Amino acid sequence: MELLVAIMIGLLTACGIYLLLRARTFPVIMGLTLLSYAVNLFLFVMGRLGQTQPAVIGVGDGQYTDPLPQALVLTAIVIGFAMTAFVVSLALRARGELHSDHVDGNADPRGPGA
Amino acid sequence: MTLSLIIFLPLLGALLPPLFIRLGRTACAWSAGLLAGTALAILLYHSPAVFAGETLVFTQPWLPALGLNFALRLDGLGLLFALLILGIGLLIILYARYYLSEHDPMGIVGGYELSVVLASAERIQAHALYPVTLVLILLGAFTKSAQFPFHFWLPHAMAAPTPVSAYLHSATMVKAGVFLLARLFPALSGTELWFFLVTGTGTATVLLGAYHALFKHDLKGLLAYSTVSHLGLITLLFGIGTPLAAVAGVFHIINHATFKASLFMAAGIIDHETGTRDMRRLGGLWRYMPHTATLAMVAAASMAGVPLFNGFLSKEMFFAETLHAGWMGEWSWLLPLLATLAALLSVAYSVRFIHDVFFGTGPKDITRTPHEPPRYMKVPVEVLVALCLLVGMLPAWTVAPLLTAAATSTVGAELPYYSLAIWHGFTLPLLMSLIALVGGVILYLLRFRLFALHDRIFPICDAKAWFECGLARTVDASHWLTAWLENGSLQRYAMLLVASMLVVIGTSLWGLPLTGPVPMDAVDGVTLSGALVLALSVVGLVVSVAFVRFSAPDLALTQLSVEMVTILLLMLALYFLPQHSPAESSAARRWRDGLLAGGAGLSVAALAWGVLTRPLETISGYFLEQSVPGGGGSNVVNVILVDFRGFDTLGEITVLAIAAFGIYALLRGLRLPSPSADGEGRPWAEDRHPLILSAVSRPLLPLALVVSLYILLRGHNLPGGGFIAGLVTAVALILQYVASGVVWTRERLPFDYIKLTASGVLIATLTGVASWWFAHPFLTSTFEYIHLPLLGKFELASAMVFDVGVYLTVVGSTLLILANLGKLTLVSQPHEETE
Repeated sequence: MELLVAIMIGLLTACGIYLLLRARTFPVIMGLTLLSYAVNLFLFVMGRLGQTQPAVIGVGDGQYTDPLPQALVLTAIVIGFAMTAFVVSLALRARGELHSDHVDGNADPRGPGA
Repeated sequence: MTLSLIIFLPLLGALLPPLFIRLGRTACAWSAGLLAGTALAILLYHSPAVFAGETLVFTQPWLPALGLNFALRLDGLGLLFALLILGIGLLIILYARYYLSEHDPMGIVGGYELSVVLASAERIQAHALYPVTLVLILLGAFTKSAQFPFHFWLPHAMAAPTPVSAYLHSATMVKAGVFLLARLFPALSGTELWFFLVTGTGTATVLLGAYHALFKHDLKGLLAYSTVSHLGLITLLFGIGTPLAAVAGVFHIINHATFKASLFMAAGIIDHETGTRDMRRLGGLWRYMPHTATLAMVAAASMAGVPLFNGFLSKEMFFAETLHAGWMGEWSWLLPLLATLAALLSVAYSVRFIHDVFFGTGPKDITRTPHEPPRYMKVPVEVLVALCLLVGMLPAWTVAPLLTAAATSTVGAELPYYSLAIWHGFTLPLLMSLIALVGGVILYLLRFRLFALHDRIFPICDAKAWFECGLARTVDASHWLTAWLENGSLQRYAMLLVASMLVVIGTSLWGLPLTGPVPMDAVDGVTLSGALVLALSVVGLVVSVAFVRFSAPDLALTQLSVEMVTILLLMLALYFLPQHSPAESSAARRWRDGLLAGGAGLSVAALAWGVLTRPLETISGYFLEQSVPGGGGSNVVNVILVDFRGFDTLGEITVLAIAAFGIYALLRGLRLPSPSADGEGRPWAEDRHPLILSAVSRPLLPLALVVSLYILLRGHNLPGGGFIAGLVTAVALILQYVASGVVWTRERLPFDYIKLTASGVLIATLTGVASWWFAHPFLTSTFEYIHLPLLGKFELASAMVFDVGVYLTVVGSTLLILANLGKLTLVSQPHEETE
C-alpha cells in the first residue's frame, strides 16, 4: 500500500513537472495542477495511512488519523484552486496582450486567433 | 561611556563641516578640529590608567543571544593608534585649512578601529583550521596595508588631495592592516607558518616598495611607494614573532607616522607653491623656501635612518631583529642582507627627495615664483618634525612610556629588557646602517644610469593595468554567465529551478536508508483501482477517492467540490487558449525534461516512501484531546481550521480574496478572440443552453443551498464546515451560469461578489477582534450550550461565526473568479445572445 501511494505521488510529480517545463501556457497550467495534487497528497500522507478512523471525536474506538495534515491540506486545496485560477487569468491576459500562448511571450507563429 | 565618545566625536566631525561651511572656512576647520580635539582630550584623560597597565573596557550588549556585543577596549596599542589618528588628524585639519583652495570641498575622513578580544593562542594554533584562519586574516591585513602583491592600490590612491593622502598613508587606512597584525599578534604569531607568510610578504614588500620609490618622478608617488616599503618593514618585524621584534614594529609605526605625515605635508606645500610634483622639473627650491626645506630634510633624514633622528632607532632595532630571526636555518644570513639592501634603497630615495627638490639645478618650467607657505600651514609640519628630533635624541624621556604600554599590550605579556639608547657600541646593526647610508648615497649618484636601465627593463610592469585587465575579464565572465543563466525565458528558469531542486533533494537524500522499520499495509481494491484509474487521468476524482480511503472525509468533500470548479475553470481556459500545443520542443529537450521530471518524481516518491515506512511522531495529540473541551467541536479538522489555527485560516481566506480581486483586475477590459470551432475544426453545438440541463439545474439550486447550509452548520462536529459549504454553494450557483447563461443568472442573482468576499473576510476578522472586548487575545473562541424547548440542546460557538466568514469568502471569491472568466465569452463573441 505505501509503495503504491508513493508511486502515485511520484507519478503525479513527474507528469506535473514534465508539463511544467513545456512552452505553452495551458500545458504549464495543467502541470501546476497535477503538481499541486501531488503536493497535497504528499502532505496528507505525512499523517500515515494506517489509522482508519476519521478524526471526529466520539466516533469509533479512539484510534484517529492525524487531523493536522488534513487541516493543512484542506486550505491548500482551496488556495490551490485560487492560484490555478490566477495563473489561468494571467495566461488569458498574456494571450490578449501578446497574441501568444508561449510562456516567454514570443509572438505566436500561427498568428492570433489560431 | 567616554570611550565611545572617542569614536563618535570624529564621526560627528565628518557631519559638521557641511553645516558650518556657510560660516566660512575657518569656522569649518574649527568645528572639525574642535571635535577631534575633544576626542583627543578624552583619550589623554584616560591615558594615565593605560600607562599604569590597565585595560579599559566598555561593553554594550547588541545581540546577546549570539554572543555579539558592541565592545570597546583601550589598552596600550589602542591608545597608540588612537593618539596617532587623532593627533595627526588634528594637525591635518589645520594644514588642510590652508592647503585646500576655495573651490575644494572641505571634509575630512574619519576613521575608527575595532579592538578584538583575544583568545588563547595555544588553542587557536592547535586547531585544524588555524592555517585557513591565518591565511584569511592575513589576506585582510595585507590588502589593507598594501602588502605585496596587493600593494598597487596605495600609490594610485594619490588622486586624493594631499591632506587626505597624508592622513591615509601615515596614520589611518594603511595602518589598519598593520593594527590587525599587531592586535592578533599574541593569538596567531610564533608559528612557522606565520613566520614564512608574514616575514616573506613583508620582505617582498619592503624591497619592491623601496625599489619603486627610487624610480618614481612624482613626489607623492615616491612617498607612496616608500609607505608601501615601510609597511612591509613593519610587517616583516611582526612576522619575526619575537617580543622585541614586536617592540621594534610598534616603534616604527610611531616613527613612520611622524616622519611620513610631515613629508607628505612638505610635498603638499611644494606642490601648492610651485604647481608641480615632478622631481625632474623641481630643484633649487632651497633659495625660495629654506624653512620648508629644513623641515623636509629632518623628516627625510629620519626616513633614511640617519642617526639622531627617530627613524634611526627603529631601524637599528629592525637590523638587530633580522639577525636573530629563527626558522631560517643555514639561510639566516639572507634576511639581514635583504634588510640592508632595503635600507640602502631607502637612503637613496630619501636623498633623492631632498636633493632633487631643494638643490641642484631648477626649478624648470615653473609658472609662479615659489615662496614660503602661510605660517600656520607649517605649524603641523613643525610639530611633527620636532617630535622626530625629540624622539630621536631623547627616546627614554619622550616615547618610552607610550612604546612600553603599546608594545606590552601587543605582545600580551611582560616585555624582555631592551634599551632605547642611541649608542650601543660598534655592533653589527650599526655596520649595516653604515653600509646602507654610504651605499644609498652612491646609488643616488648613479641614478641616471639606473633610470635608463629601469625604463629599459620595466616598460610594461604596471600592476594597475594587470589588475584592471583582470577586473575587466571578471566583469566579462559574469556578463556571459548572467546572459547564459538569465536569457529571459521562463521555460529556462523553470528548468533551472527544477534541476536545482533535484540537486538539493538528491544530495540530501543520498545515502540515507530508503526504507524505515514500519511494516506495510496490504494493498486493497480501492487504492489499486485508484492507481489504475490514475492512468485514465481522472486525477482529481482519484485523489478524492484516496482521501476517502484514508479517513479524510473533509478533504474528500473539499477536493470533490474544488474539482468541479477547477474543471469549469480549465474548460474556460481551453476555450480561449489553443487546444493543441505545437510540437516545437526538440527531441533532446523532451528527453532532458523527461529526465528532470522523472528524477523529480523518483525523488519525491522515494521521500514519500521513506516517510511512510517510518514511525509517526505527531503533534496532533493536543488537538485531539482539546477539541471537545477547548474548542467545543468534535470534528477535529474543522476545529483546527476555525479555532486552533484560526489565524492561519484568516490569512488563507485573505489570500483567496486577494487572488479573486487580482483575477477580477486582470480580466477587466480584456477582449479575446474566441474560436468558432473546437480544436478539431468541429463547430460548437447550436444549442447553447440545453433544455434538460436548465430544467434540472433550477430545482436543484434550493436543494443544494439547503445541503450547503447543513454542511456549514454541522461542520463543527461532523465532516463539513465553511470551506466545503462555500464550495458547494458556489458549485450550485455556477451550475446556473452554465445551464442558463451569464446574463440570465446575473439578472436573478444581483449580488456584488466583491462586497460578498470582502464581507466574509471582515466577519472573520471581526470575530477575532471581538475577543479583545473580553480582554482575550485575538481570535480566542468561546462556546455555550443552550436549551430550547422542543428543539433540545444547541451549541453556539464563536468559531461558527468565523466559519460563516470563511463560507462567505469562499462563495464570493469562487463566483468572482468564474463569473468573470465566464463573462469573457460574452464580450469576445460577436454572436452572443442579447437577452
